[in-house]
Amino acid sequence: MSALRPDLAVIAQWIEPGSRVLDLGCGEGELLDYLRREKGVTGYGVELEDSRVVAALRRGLPVIQQDLDAGLRQFADGSVDTVVLSLTLQAVRYPRELLLEMLRVGREGIVTFPNMGHWQARWQLGVAGHMPVTDALPHHWYDTPNIHLCTIRDFDALCRANGIAVRQRVVLDDRRRSNWAIRLLPNLFGEVALYRCTRGTG
Amino acid sequence: MPAVIPTDSVGLVHAQTVDFSDPLTLECGRTLPGYTLAYETYGALNSARSNAILICHALSGDHHAAGYHSLEDRKPGWWETMIGPGKPIDSERFFIVCSNFIGSCRGSTGPASINPATGEPWGLDFPMVTVRDWVRTQAALADHLGIAQWAAVIGGSLGGMQVLEWAMLYPERLRHAVVIAAAPRLTAQNIAFNEVCRQAIMTDPDFHEGRYYAHGTKPRRGLALARMIGHITYLSDDAMRAKFGRDTRNGKAFSFGFDVDFEVESYLRYQGSRFVEQFDANSYLYITKALDYFDPAAAHGGDLAVAFAPIRASVLVISFSTDWRFSPERSREIVQALYRAGREVSYAEIEAAHGHDSFLLAVPQYLEVMSAYLQRVAEEGRA
Repeated sequence: MSALRPDLAVIAQWIEPGSRVLDLGCGEGELLDYLRREKGVTGYGVELEDSRVVAALRRGLPVIQQDLDAGLRQFADGSVDTVVLSLTLQAVRYPRELLLEMLRVGREGIVTFPNMGHWQARWQLGVAGHMPVTDALPHHWYDTPNIHLCTIRDFDALCRANGIAVRQRVVLDDRRRSNWAIRLLPNLFGEVALYRCTRGTG
Repeated sequence: MPAVIPTDSVGLVHAQTVDFSDPLTLECGRTLPGYTLAYETYGALNSARSNAILICHALSGDHHAAGYHSLEDRKPGWWETMIGPGKPIDSERFFIVCSNFIGSCRGSTGPASINPATGEPWGLDFPMVTVRDWVRTQAALADHLGIAQWAAVIGGSLGGMQVLEWAMLYPERLRHAVVIAAAPRLTAQNIAFNEVCRQAIMTDPDFHEGRYYAHGTKPRRGLALARMIGHITYLSDDAMRAKFGRDTRNGKAFSFGFDVDFEVESYLRYQGSRFVEQFDANSYLYITKALDYFDPAAAHGGDLAVAFAPIRASVLVISFSTDWRFSPERSREIVQALYRAGREVSYAEIEAAHGHDSFLLAVPQYLEVMSAYLQRVAEEGRA
């Protein structure tokens, strides 16, 4: 078993051992598998794509096949400790509603997304004049599943406007590591942003 | 007849029966003075007795789930796509048991069996049986076979209801539950279809209050009608359009009469008349009633999550996109209640064109999901 991807490793650190987790857009279940094995977490994955559902089942994970655009109605209030949405926010139809739903279902929400404010994205759009294609945003405009891209500053504003408290934030570069430049100017040098949120002001 | 039996088939199999002589008090309050259960098995039980899988069949099915009874058989068992060497329910890894149920006409005690008190067939004097009664008799079969705990109990449609009942009634006796194209209870629409089918049978002049055996006849028209109605509801609109369209029989012009014009009419009439040769009308009445009565949430104020609280098995729920008789929405109710009860549950919603019948067909994603899940079941069984 190879080491967990660095962004997933950050998420794993934020999750309490033995807690209950809902991993939205769980893919093949890499994170959930790790959390169950290493941290004794009980949890469910939610995934839409057929082959990923099969891969997660093969790993022995409980996975629920569902479109996140249909909402989280079937998941009861406060039914898990943490809801994770990893690199999926930008691809859903109702990101704000999903975010609020996550914080209804879980005590805590962990959201990660590619930062559209990264200098490469800004350069490609602002100077070169074309839609950005970067490591974190590898698709072309015509084949991208990403319909709601945002910057770190945008996300902060969304949280403020909706009473979402940011408990912790980590920003990583294209190799999914942090450095001094990112800590100084995260919205310019960060490629992936990771947020740990709760309801209420903070 | 298969020229040669395919290598991925369990091959030649035979049905077995077991007689239970102890009286069985049923959910309806009446007592059955002993009963016979028919079943088949495929594969071998391991020394730890940990690799047994129980298959629960649906309304018109029986215990012949896979393989051939003889080389003259035109068709294999009803779940040949799923059961066999190298198939999702792999007979090289699992000891597979498919059990019939009481009330059936396929070898287990039912309304066509002789009532020992009268020496006549039971007919409508046969006590009403329920899904719970079936599961209790299947547990007696498990005892008979020396199986304390199933690796998995698997079933589709009415079979899926039996799986749910197993998981609730005997939580320690199964590790996994696979519930396919099922529902936690029938809707009014679904009960309505069943009632029309029953009325078709019971209003047939040859029904004789269920004592048609003594008259040397049977309610052929009624049972055939019931089967025709059923068939329509098991298929999707699209599947029927694709299969028959408005094609006329043998491409002929309209007859401008009431003989068969369209292929779909011909198909339904054929299915109806074939079914009459294989199935007892009284059994059809009893089994559809068992379907209608199934409602585990009812005893818990309608709260399915409370009904599911005793469940210990990991559950896989599967539905099919075009199934309108047991729609994905009903499967999601099961998933939601299991989630609320804090149980381990997985759910796959399969894109499939053939409506409710999809659960019997070789839909690639369906087979993948079953394979992936059962591979894990097999690995746990070895550990």
